[in-house]
Amino acid sequence: MKIAVCIKRVPDSETRVKIAADGKSLDEAGVKFILNPYDEFAVEEALRQKEKAGAGEVVVIALGPPAAQETIRTALAMGADRGVLLQTQGLHADGLETARALAAELKDNEFDLILLGKMAIDDYNHQVGPMVAELLDLPCVTTVAHLEIAAGKATAEREIEGGVEVVEFSLPAVLTTDKGLNEPRYPALKGIMAAKKKPLEVKPTTPGPGALAIVSLTLPPERQAGKIVGEGSAAVAELVRLLREEAKVL
Amino acid sequence: MSNVLAVLEQRDGALRKVSHEVVTGARRLADALSGNVDALILAAGPARGADQLGRFGADKVITLTNAAFGMYAPEGYAGAIAARVTGGGYGAVVFAASATGKDLAPRVAARLGRPLAQDITDLAVDGGAVTLTRPVYAGKALLRLRVVGTPAVISLRPNVFTPVERPKAGTQESAAVAGPAGRVVVKEIKAAEAGMLDVAEAPIVVSGGRGLKEPANFRVLEELAAAFAGRAAVGASRAVVDAGWRPHADQVGQTGKTVSPTLYVAVGISGAIQHLAGMRTSKVIVAINKDKDAPIFKVADYGIVGDLFEVVPKLTEEIKKLRG
Repeated sequence: MKIAVCIKRVPDSETRVKIAADGKSLDEAGVKFILNPYDEFAVEEALRQKEKAGAGEVVVIALGPPAAQETIRTALAMGADRGVLLQTQGLHADGLETARALAAELKDNEFDLILLGKMAIDDYNHQVGPMVAELLDLPCVTTVAHLEIAAGKATAEREIEGGVEVVEFSLPAVLTTDKGLNEPRYPALKGIMAAKKKPLEVKPTTPGPGALAIVSLTLPPERQAGKIVGEGSAAVAELVRLLREEAKVL
Repeated sequence: MSNVLAVLEQRDGALRKVSHEVVTGARRLADALSGNVDALILAAGPARGADQLGRFGADKVITLTNAAFGMYAPEGYAGAIAARVTGGGYGAVVFAASATGKDLAPRVAARLGRPLAQDITDLAVDGGAVTLTRPVYAGKALLRLRVVGTPAVISLRPNVFTPVERPKAGTQESAAVAGPAGRVVVKEIKAAEAGMLDVAEAPIVVSGGRGLKEPANFRVLEELAAAFAGRAAVGASRAVVDAGWRPHADQVGQTGKTVSPTLYVAVGISGAIQHLAGMRTSKVIVAINKDKDAPIFKVADYGIVGDLFEVVPKLTEEIKKLRG
């Protein structure tokens, strides 16, 4: 089983967002970066599928700045075999350009499975996986929360509003992973040591400019702290009156 | 002048409610572009509710039928939509940022070689170009984008584009389209309990956190949700989902769902930054918490400090009285 996992370096979810001087990007000063949490499910699933198959290779691919090497090392420490950094400066808003850069790297490598997180927690683009699939003309299932693969035939489950969709598809395929698919392992010390020696190829990459121009990045309007209506169940009648007469939502 | 294609969703042959929001958003764009709204439905046969779309501003309703289109067929749908867009010369294509829309829109955008702006919360036309607003960093910042070239391909965050009645002709057109469903086949939908609303789409969300103390206590929230007579869903914080008390489908926050209901009631939730990210665009927020210093009160419009096990049943009773 030859598996590719496309990962992304993103600001930690605890990050307090500060806007950079250009008014269009995040001020990265003091920001801690991590492996995108949804990509952890993808790395874990790749490792499990390889272990189940008994043989194969897990290749981790990231499009990002030089510092994304650390992110790749995290995935190597979890157990992936080698990494490829498509090195670029600054990512665009246009996810199709990211998909094109990844697809160009994936194209001739005959992977059985290509896994990505369902979205990155920075740009919330939620699109690169299915775009990669389209560019490579491969079947794709997104937001996979359960997966079974047997003899080239596969079944996945994905959450939809008010239910779960059961989807059949054939390999090779592109899948995007959702929380619930598995419990990602923590890199053990041995894995962290081993990761330092695993191959990591750096390829300078220049994605196209894309067709989404950033106008501005701003902080959302602060929500005004409202009022404490009162204490305990005695305040309920007044709350209901306010919801009806002031907020007009009942 | 430039027309807008609104891609709608049906389940079991009936249009989903989010479709009215998609037509409403498409209408706003079409008015700014001095164009028409074509509403597009993919289904196995005529879809229930298609005749209502004129009310929300559809000039024309096009139903593309294929025996394989009863269930969502990702590749079949994407091919049929891309062909329509290419043939129709549309200035914009609008999807819902639902589970299906978020899966389908990237496929169509890639086939068209166009960028995609998912999950937008606002749109405008500025000097002929479509501009969009999307929450990023889990709602901690807003990104404004200008689409270069056409068509603009976008998906709308559910519950943000409140359906507005803008009566138009809504003429109906139907065509059979050939072609297979594709290599990805939806075999079945395991439905959640009948009548259950999804937190991402419900107009009212009642969410619980650690303050509920144990899984069985979510019953008090289910009773409150039930008092809203089919308009409310029960959500949960990450802490209680990670603890296995509630399913991930119910999780509101950065690694769960982002919700924008009319009314969000946070019960026994302290208000971690990851949770606030998922619900801060709610129209009205009510917090019920025993800790008067809980961060949730800083974003809540109305708060009650107190024991949720006394406050919530009383609230349920009052809501029932209103309905009664």
